[in-house]
Amino acid sequence: MNKKKNAASGLRQLLIPLIALGILIVFNLIRDVSFFSVEMRVNNSGNVVLAGNLISIIDTASELAIIAMGMTLVTAACGGQDISVGAVGAISGAVLVKVLQAMGGITALSVVAAFAAATAVTILFKLFNGTLVAVFRIQPMIATLILFSCGRSIAYWINGSATPQLTSPIIDSIGKTIPGIPVPTPVFAVLLVALLLVLIFKFTSLRLYTQSVGINQGAARLNGVNPTVVKLISFVILGVCVSVAALIGVSRLGQLNHKTLLVDIEMDAILAVAIGGNSLAGGKFKLIGSVMGAYIIQMLTTTLYAMNVNPVNIKAYKAIVIIIIVVAGSPVIKNALTSLFKKRRPAKAQTEGVS
Amino acid sequence: MEDGIVLTMRGICKSFPGVKALNNVDFTLRKGEIHALMGENGAGKSTLIKVLTGVSDYIKDEGSIRIEGIEGEAKIHSPQQAQEVGISTVYQEITLCPNLTVAENMFIGRTRGPLVHKKDYEKRATEILRDLGIPARASQELSRCSLAVQQMVAIARAVDMKCKVLILDEPTSSLDDKEVERLFELMRDLKKKGVGIIFVTHFLEQVYAVSDRITVLRNGELVGEYLVENLPQVELVAKMMGKSLDDLAELERIGQKSGAGEEVVYEAEDISSSECRPFDFSIRAGEVNGFTGLLGSGRSESVRAIFGADRVTGGKVKVKGKPVHITKPHDAMKNGIGYLPEDRKRDGIIADLSVRENIILALQVIKGMNRPISRAKAEAFADEYVKALDIKTASLDTPVGSLSGGNQQKVILARWLLTHPQYLILDEPTRGIDVGTKTEIQKLVLKLAEEGMSITFISSEIEEMLRTCSRLIVMRDRKIVGELTGDDLTQVQVMKTIAGGEQ
Repeated sequence: MNKKKNAASGLRQLLIPLIALGILIVFNLIRDVSFFSVEMRVNNSGNVVLAGNLISIIDTASELAIIAMGMTLVTAACGGQDISVGAVGAISGAVLVKVLQAMGGITALSVVAAFAAATAVTILFKLFNGTLVAVFRIQPMIATLILFSCGRSIAYWINGSATPQLTSPIIDSIGKTIPGIPVPTPVFAVLLVALLLVLIFKFTSLRLYTQSVGINQGAARLNGVNPTVVKLISFVILGVCVSVAALIGVSRLGQLNHKTLLVDIEMDAILAVAIGGNSLAGGKFKLIGSVMGAYIIQMLTTTLYAMNVNPVNIKAYKAIVIIIIVVAGSPVIKNALTSLFKKRRPAKAQTEGVS
Repeated sequence: MEDGIVLTMRGICKSFPGVKALNNVDFTLRKGEIHALMGENGAGKSTLIKVLTGVSDYIKDEGSIRIEGIEGEAKIHSPQQAQEVGISTVYQEITLCPNLTVAENMFIGRTRGPLVHKKDYEKRATEILRDLGIPARASQELSRCSLAVQQMVAIARAVDMKCKVLILDEPTSSLDDKEVERLFELMRDLKKKGVGIIFVTHFLEQVYAVSDRITVLRNGELVGEYLVENLPQVELVAKMMGKSLDDLAELERIGQKSGAGEEVVYEAEDISSSECRPFDFSIRAGEVNGFTGLLGSGRSESVRAIFGADRVTGGKVKVKGKPVHITKPHDAMKNGIGYLPEDRKRDGIIADLSVRENIILALQVIKGMNRPISRAKAEAFADEYVKALDIKTASLDTPVGSLSGGNQQKVILARWLLTHPQYLILDEPTRGIDVGTKTEIQKLVLKLAEEGMSITFISSEIEEMLRTCSRLIVMRDRKIVGELTGDDLTQVQVMKTIAGGEQ
């Protein structure tokens, strides 16, 4: 019985994203069933790949989904968000390309080395944010505003104004598809990062620590948890996420443009966290919610494109839908719905929360 | 209004959701008197002051306030209005601007129109400072004055605003003895000039050194108004705690008489923290001791220093004879010390997390982040303690925040018992808990001690401490003033020790 209850309370948090996803699906079903058609197609490089809106959605949303997972952790631990993920992603991409260039050619080894270097640098920048937040107790939004505004300039210093091209089958395999595998590689990257985090949560008590610090930092400290360390860890994990996202972003286009790499992704990532039913004030969190949030945002965008909405106007339409989702998930509406629910089933309500 | 009275408050009521902070409280202030407002924390002193000074959210629900020279009821709905009718307040923390001069601080916000005549008000400030004997120059930057002088400047500012009622809210808590004496001289001086002073403090001696009259509040209600000479210090303590001395003599101690083993489990020499002065302390295996004193006497701060909850600033600590360094809670936990904090909601529970997670938290931290307790094990642990302590919860997955206060407290108790500490500190474990649970917790404490655990037990209810402790450390004004054991463990003796001296 306990397990049932637990599953039910878990679902409650995912109610809003599930409903949003459902509405988007139903809307598209009514609008145009062919939106969901998936076909096999031969792409430019001669590989057989899956194609269609759905594939495009889960492919395109990969960077967002990965960063949203990291953002979820930072949000949970610090009760605030890192708005510098896009800008630091540009730095990560710049380091990646710089190291690749320095190593001469693009080989599997050089890509691994470049990615390692880029990840190390990204983690350092995230630790800078983390230190401001965890040690100096600056509001996360303010602390990360610094790199938000200067991150792309740093990326520019690393590589100059050039937009270096990376043409190699290895890069294509990362950013697009691996020959013989019809599913885009970024999708696997999302799975990989998710798996990594799930394993971390399984083999450490980081989830308990993070939630404790996010809910009641003072009490967590009195129970021997070190809030500073927990917050720094969340920033390190976000750094890894950003670095992976930057690698995908660069590989997808086969070029580095420090102005456009992962641009505007911070706001979408925060949104994904919120749509996923996670409190932006920190505390309890569900990674799967944020991932769903990322796909919902991308599905919305793709739907609007499919409806031939002028790209200039897309942001406005997106905003309207997001207002609805966020308000529907707000405590006021939630409480109203809960009390409605309780009135209809008073017997059940009484058994809850024995006091 | 009667002659010689500057302020009357009658039948003041103020409620907050779920709490009646003030219930039908009367207060009278006469011209040229220093009137101490006394009560434990939460007695309603601050609420009464805030009602009187028009702090937002503290507008009185019922009652009337009258002030000399004002027809009918005084309307006080904002601090500005309070100042206009002649009520000035000087708070514990200095609320002036440190980077302005003394004179600027005295006149800031009081000049009419945009033009300021620096010469004029510096001259005026100098006069006032000289008049009140405050050792500061008008043109001096405020931050260069000592805290005491800053406080005096704040008072001077209030006095110059033609106040009839001057409220001093804990003005002495950051001053040393000499500075306190200087402040008192200023207060006596103002008294001669006819100002009515409301003096809020928790230092009992200071009340007797300077006040004429005392009003005692308890639990939001008026206990009474007394002339200082008619209220010996020990009776004041009794009134603040809501006891009468005659009752006390008859109550009997049923607590732990001996039971303590020989081995000293914890020993501290000159331990101090950012919040408490150095003190010595030790506890033996199987001993239940208590820290007692009025709220704010430093008893919680002392045990927090032991646990490393505040910044530890010094001292030598030994656990079972071995020197250790305890500077943060984690150190204490590794040495087998547990701590149930006074403020359950703020420092104890992680409200949104489940009962299970709350119970295993401390044990998990001791084991380390890399060795997570499996779900199955966590459930077994939680289940065991939910049954043992009879915690009433819908399930182990219920957020602890939705449990009743008593059950939340048991969850935190379970959290620490699960770590099998050798020394457990319980700060107000029975506050806000129904009587049945209280007795359960007291019994549990005695049982644990019998099994060899050392326990420090703190409670505002002296009976409870006498029932459980075999040794009481008495604190007053953040100092240990006595230690009672054996036959001295009676309410009367405790009160006398808290009150100090032979009054």
